[in-house]
Formats: sequence, C-alpha cells, structure tokens
Amino acid sequence: MSRETLIDLLYLFSATTFIVALKGLGSPKRARHGNLVAAFGMLVAIVATFFKYVDGHPLHHVLLILLAMFIGVIIAVPTARFVQMTAMPQLVAIFNGVGGGAASLVSITEFVHIKSTNPATYVILEVLLGVLIGTVSFSGSAIAFAKLQELMTGRPVTYPGQQIMNALIGAAALGLIVTILVTGSSTLLWILLALAFVLGVAFVLPIGGADVPVLISLLNSFTGLAVAASGFTLGSNLLIVAGTLVGASGILLTRLMSKAMGRSLSNVLFSAFGSNVTATGGTAEDGRSVRSGTPEDVGVLLSFASKVVIIPGYGLAVAQGQHVLRELAEQLEAKGIDVKYAIHPVAGRMPGHMNVLLAEANVPYEDLLEMDEANSELTTADVAIVVGANDTVNPAATNDPSSPIYGMPIIHADLAENVVFLKRSMRPGFAGIDNELLYNPKTILVFGDAKDTLTKLVAVVKAS
Amino acid sequence: MSNVLLQYATVLILTAFVGTEIIAKVPSILHTPLMSGSNAIHGVILVGSMLILGSATTNLEEVLGFLAVILATLNVVGGFVVTDRMLEMFKPRQPKAPSKPDEGPQ
Repeated sequence: MSRETLIDLLYLFSATTFIVALKGLGSPKRARHGNLVAAFGMLVAIVATFFKYVDGHPLHHVLLILLAMFIGVIIAVPTARFVQMTAMPQLVAIFNGVGGGAASLVSITEFVHIKSTNPATYVILEVLLGVLIGTVSFSGSAIAFAKLQELMTGRPVTYPGQQIMNALIGAAALGLIVTILVTGSSTLLWILLALAFVLGVAFVLPIGGADVPVLISLLNSFTGLAVAASGFTLGSNLLIVAGTLVGASGILLTRLMSKAMGRSLSNVLFSAFGSNVTATGGTAEDGRSVRSGTPEDVGVLLSFASKVVIIPGYGLAVAQGQHVLRELAEQLEAKGIDVKYAIHPVAGRMPGHMNVLLAEANVPYEDLLEMDEANSELTTADVAIVVGANDTVNPAATNDPSSPIYGMPIIHADLAENVVFLKRSMRPGFAGIDNELLYNPKTILVFGDAKDTLTKLVAVVKAS
Repeated sequence: MSNVLLQYATVLILTAFVGTEIIAKVPSILHTPLMSGSNAIHGVILVGSMLILGSATTNLEEVLGFLAVILATLNVVGGFVVTDRMLEMFKPRQPKAPSKPDEGPQ
C-alpha cells in the first residue's frame, strides 16, 4: 500500500469517528464516549498529515507547525477548562470564530500559492467562497462574543438605512467575486477579505441578545461550510465531510431555534427584534393587581403538593441559583414529592444552555423535560415554580396576536394548580413584554433575588 | 467540470443528508454539547492549515499558514476539551446515597 493510500485510509477512519461522535450525542449516556472517539480520530488525522507529501515533497516547516500548535494548545486548554458554564455561549462563539478565520486563511494562502499555475475558474470560486464565508463567520463571531461578554450593548445596534447598507455590502462582495473570477486579480482578493470582514460585523450588529442562540448556531454552520469549501480547494474528502456535517447541524439547529421562538429565520436575522422596549398590553396593566407572597406562603403550598414542576430561565443562572434550586428539589423529593424541570428550548443564551447549567448543578438528566413532555406533566402538577424565566411562560404568545412573541411555543405554567413566580421585580423580560401570567389568580409572586428566595424556601421546606 | 469535482460534490451531498438525519435525533437537552462538539469537528481545518504551512514557499504564505495553524489548534483543542467537560456533567440519577457530602452552592 502506498503512503498516500494509507494516509487517505486514516482520514477515512477520522471522518467515520466524527459521524460516530454525532450519533453518540443521541443520548446523554453515550455522548461523552462519542466525543472522545472523535477527539482520537482528530488526533489520528493530524498525526497522519505530518507524513503527507504536498507538491511532491514531505511537509516543510514541521517545527513551525509544532510551534504554532503549541501556542494554540497553551491558550485553548486553560480557557476551555476554567471558563464558567454561564460563559459557554461566548466560548463557543470565539472557538467558532477562530475556526472560520483559519478556514479563510487556508483559502487565501492556497490562492496565493496556486495563482501562478492558472487555476481553473471553479477552483478560484471555491477559494473565494471559503474566504467570504470563513471571514464573515470570523468577524460575526467576534461581534457575537463582544455582545455576550457585554463588551458592548446586547441590544440591537441599528441606524437608518441599515438594511439597504447591508444589502449593498453583500451585493458588492458578490460583484467582487465575479470580477475576481474574470480577472484572476489577487489584489482584489484582499479587498474581498476586507469587505467580508465588514459584512460579518454589519450582519450581527442589528441582532439582539435574545436572538443570539439562533445566531450562534448559524455562524457555526457558516464555519462548517467554509471548511467544506477549503476541502474542495485542497482536495480533501476529510475536510468536506467534517465541514458539511457541521454545516448541516448548524442549519438544522438554526431552524429548530427559530421555530422554538415562533419566528422565521429571516425575522430573527433582519428585524432587530427587541430594539424598542414597549410595554405592550400596557393599557390593561393599570388597575390589575398581583398577588405577592412570602417564602413561607410558598412553603405551605408545597407541603400539600405531590407533584412540582420547576420552570427555570436564564435569570436563575444570572443569580447563580442553580445549586440552591437543586437543593430545594432534593428537599422536596425527600418528602416524597415528585419534582421535574421543564426546559424551554431557548432558555439560556444558546440552544440547550439551561440543561448544561442544571447538569453542572448535579441535576440528573432524567429530570430535565423537553417542552412538550413538560406541558403534559404540568396538567397534573400541583405547583409550577417559575424561576428566572419570563417570556417562555408568557400566555400572550398563545392568545395575544398583537404581541411581538405571538406564535412562540411556550411552557404552559398556568396548567398547574398553582403557579409560584420568583421574580426580581415587575420589570418585563428580555423581549420587553408584559406577562399576563403575573396577574393570573393562580399565581403567587415572590419578589427578590432568585438565589435568596430559593435559599429561604429550602429552609422553610426543611423545617416543615 | 472535472470528475474530481463531481466526486467531491457527491461526498458533500451525501454527507449533508447523513448529517441532517443524525443530528435530527439529538435531543434538545444535548444541543449545547452538540454545538460545541460540532464546533470541535470543524477544527479539522487544522489538517488544511498544516498542509498550507507545510507547502509554503513565500514569507507571506508562511505567516498566513502559521496564523492558520494557531487558530485551528485553538478551535480543535478548545472545542473537544470544553465538550468533554460539559458531557462529564450530564449524570443519571444516582442510586440514593444518603448524606453524600454536599459541595454546597457555587
């Protein structure tokens, strides 16, 4: 067997491990094992690449490659090990961005490398697409990172004529691609690079913090596609397979997330949702009263319950209350009460974020219910405890066609016999919409910091 | 259009379908690890970056390739490490071990 065939076989092995890893994610039991298999496959591919011949020579600059890898590892490992789970969306955004940047650099360098050989038009097209998509992913992820890290405002950044401006930038990029295809000019390539960079920034600026879960999965998909484009240029099936897998996963997740918000993808990307905070339904707001209670009141309620469903939102993580919440659940279970968690798909700052935050607090994954399952459990629940969530339990999404979140599937907390709403204040949620559930006669509001209130509740339940 | 291009396009199309099928089966509870895991997988661009730097003939190519290898390594190593860290936390219900030492909040 020739050296090249052996390396290609090893690449095939790696591509297979990636598919195995994604398959493993079908259940929490096998997921970790799958990830380790993929990591091993990746290692095999990297080691095999050191023995590859390019342009008829063994790899040059092996020491440089090792040095660059060393630098990468030194930065990546501590960052990945010690970052807080609440900061996971930022971290995924930044790791995604650097991947897009790398794909873009690979395409650019390949263009510089092969341009003297008069490459075919389709090869140049692959290069240009790789540069465009990779760079948009890079700069877009950087802005998403800045928004999530609160280096800049999480609200949509808008200005008059923004959409026209963005459309112009996009059109200019496409026009430039055509020009480069015709002329083969490498000077224009650098202009395309700059334009793609601006496009990524301009694309992400008007997207508000609440829509970031959709954005991150879309950018993830972009990087995957950029990698697949590089795979075409370099003639590597491994890159095509891996890139396409990620591209497909990102697009699928993007669609799932937009569906979970009851909006179309284009609405999420282009409507600057949440830029005007208006209290819709404000007319009815005055004169309506809410019922507020103390942790002791809730303790009494819980002591008569046999089934409790907890509906956590991102506010819980902001208050760092996940561990106390789990403690409360354990106390309730010790009294023979059935406790489940109802997780909305967009709870948190990225798809499935809330599950990770609860898993970190040692909540067993069997207790984490997806939305549909949760809604059927709620019909027989005695108490629903809403903590740190707001828009995801807002009945306006089902019964007020004028509401901006109308059409979003929600967790129907009001199906339970009683609703306990832990809330910092009467301030509306992320989407800036008043919540009908607060005024429901079934609802008891407990004001205060989520963590403090939960701590008091634990004490009350313990004592009872 | 060359045969090679057609062969790559075949791989692309088939993988897109396989990927969609597999990923549709991932439960929403694991969507965050799915994102960071697939994130790590596109770190395979490291292989491309190595080839680019390994065949660099000019200073410009060397600089770009060097940067690409650093960025791709960040992507692949960071992605796998953070995914492993997350998946490690997903645990099934423990058989009731009374008064297990509690780490407390935080």
